[in-house]
Amino acid sequence: MNANISYLDGNAAAGELSRIFTVDLTAAEGQCANCGAKRRFADAHLYVDCPGLVARCAMCDHVLLRLVNTAERTFLDLRGMTYLNLSTKQLTLLQDPSL
Amino acid sequence: MSWRTGKIVALRDETSTARTIALVVPDWPGHVAGQHIDIRLTAPDGYSAVRSYSIASPPTSDQRIEITVERLENGEVSPYLTQEVAIGDELELRGPTGGWFVWHVDQTEPIQLIAGGSGIVPLMAMIRSRLASHSNARFRLLYSVREPAAAFYKDELHAISNQGDCVILTYAFTRITPKDWPRAPGRIDAELVSESVWPSHLAPTCYVCGPTSFVEHANELLIAAGINRERIRTERFGSTGERK
Amino acid sequence: MSIISRGFSGRRSADGAKLPPGQHLTSDFPVLSAGPTPSISHDRWEFTIDDGSNVLQRWDWNSFRNLPTETITADLHCVTRWSKLGTPWEGVSLDTLLANVKTDLPFAMFRSYGDYTTNLPLKDVVNKQAWIAFKYDGSDLAPEHGGPARLLVPHLYLWKSAKWVKGVTLMPHDKPGFWEGLGYHMYGDPWREQRYSEE
Repeated sequence: MNANISYLDGNAAAGELSRIFTVDLTAAEGQCANCGAKRRFADAHLYVDCPGLVARCAMCDHVLLRLVNTAERTFLDLRGMTYLNLSTKQLTLLQDPSL
Repeated sequence: MSWRTGKIVALRDETSTARTIALVVPDWPGHVAGQHIDIRLTAPDGYSAVRSYSIASPPTSDQRIEITVERLENGEVSPYLTQEVAIGDELELRGPTGGWFVWHVDQTEPIQLIAGGSGIVPLMAMIRSRLASHSNARFRLLYSVREPAAAFYKDELHAISNQGDCVILTYAFTRITPKDWPRAPGRIDAELVSESVWPSHLAPTCYVCGPTSFVEHANELLIAAGINRERIRTERFGSTGERK
Repeated sequence: MSIISRGFSGRRSADGAKLPPGQHLTSDFPVLSAGPTPSISHDRWEFTIDDGSNVLQRWDWNSFRNLPTETITADLHCVTRWSKLGTPWEGVSLDTLLANVKTDLPFAMFRSYGDYTTNLPLKDVVNKQAWIAFKYDGSDLAPEHGGPARLLVPHLYLWKSAKWVKGVTLMPHDKPGFWEGLGYHMYGDPWREQRYSEE
């Protein structure tokens, strides 16, 4: 774990990612394509103070996801994750707060 | 998820640097405790800034939500929100957002909340949600803050902790303590955790929120105390406390 | 269409300075990073020039610091729209570093400790246009601003001024670096507002 603590976490990406995904990704489990660690996306180290959004594996710092908003397009690079795994039940609870 | 407009209907100072803003948001879809909104401010020349703020109010069927904003010395948005906005102003917001750092009223397990500074905001939403519901879940809150004057929701938390033991509250002061406080000022440590946090054999779900360095420290203490990593949910604010 | 927030102007200085289109003057020095700040000690640091197959030149910290240096006053223009004018640096010119490199490879990929890369035409880093800077405002360059040493190419957007630089690979064809491969412009001239690849 490096001493530099200028990152946020995957929770802070939720708003941006909601522009593209109808599904909330913060609760999803993702596997790092570099070291194989399986973690909630919420626990990823998020760097937002740069020309785009970069999520890195909390274990090995490898890039999991990058997102760039240009004037007209959004670029999304998901190569750093071998998969994302989500609970659909949790989704339903979020969409209907009366449950 | 698109941007909506909320109108400020109330302002309430929590401390000398933090203010709660109440917004009415038409067609608010409802939220779960722990979720946040993104607020976008736009200057007349088009320059804009976006910041995230946790929702402080519990789930509601009406259209009113509250956020609590702490003014950061070099902040770009927080000075505006804590000093410039007036009742009647409109704010652009997006949300509610977040599906992991949330507490649902149907969760029955013991809940451990650990707040660093302004990290108390989403945890307060969880406490308020618990008290407004039929839940019997037992909560403990460890609230680390610089000094008593910096704590948010003091009176409300005082009243809650006097109302039985559904929420047990422990303060930790890092710089200045009240008179005759039994613990010297300092960061939370293993001893405080063992005294105030749910023991690991009760399998609490833990929510830790605050500046990144606080969250990493609290996280390590919980794991050292035997809490399963999978039962710890974290939300990091920037090292300055502001989430962008 | 955003609503205008009554009375909001952000953290910007009102100044009459001529800026590239879409830029705003800032009074502080924002730290923007795509990853953790690397911690590189002087005895581990090196800067290499290679052509993809062979290392053509290598300096360690001592041999690098024995090279002639220059003071540079630079205007910085970040693609996130802040600009900071008249910033004072000290560094070694790329002209000095490339003095003994004979190449007809026209492009360069600068590489940093960590995983950051950025591409430039080689002609944009010669003729007094680029430096490897190791001092800012008279002091050693702080790690959060790219220390021990960073590339400084003021005539292009600041993302081209790679922090924590460790070397450059000369290339026959232009290839996109870290941001250029994800929507940012391959060249990045702030005066022609070349922010994105769609420009």
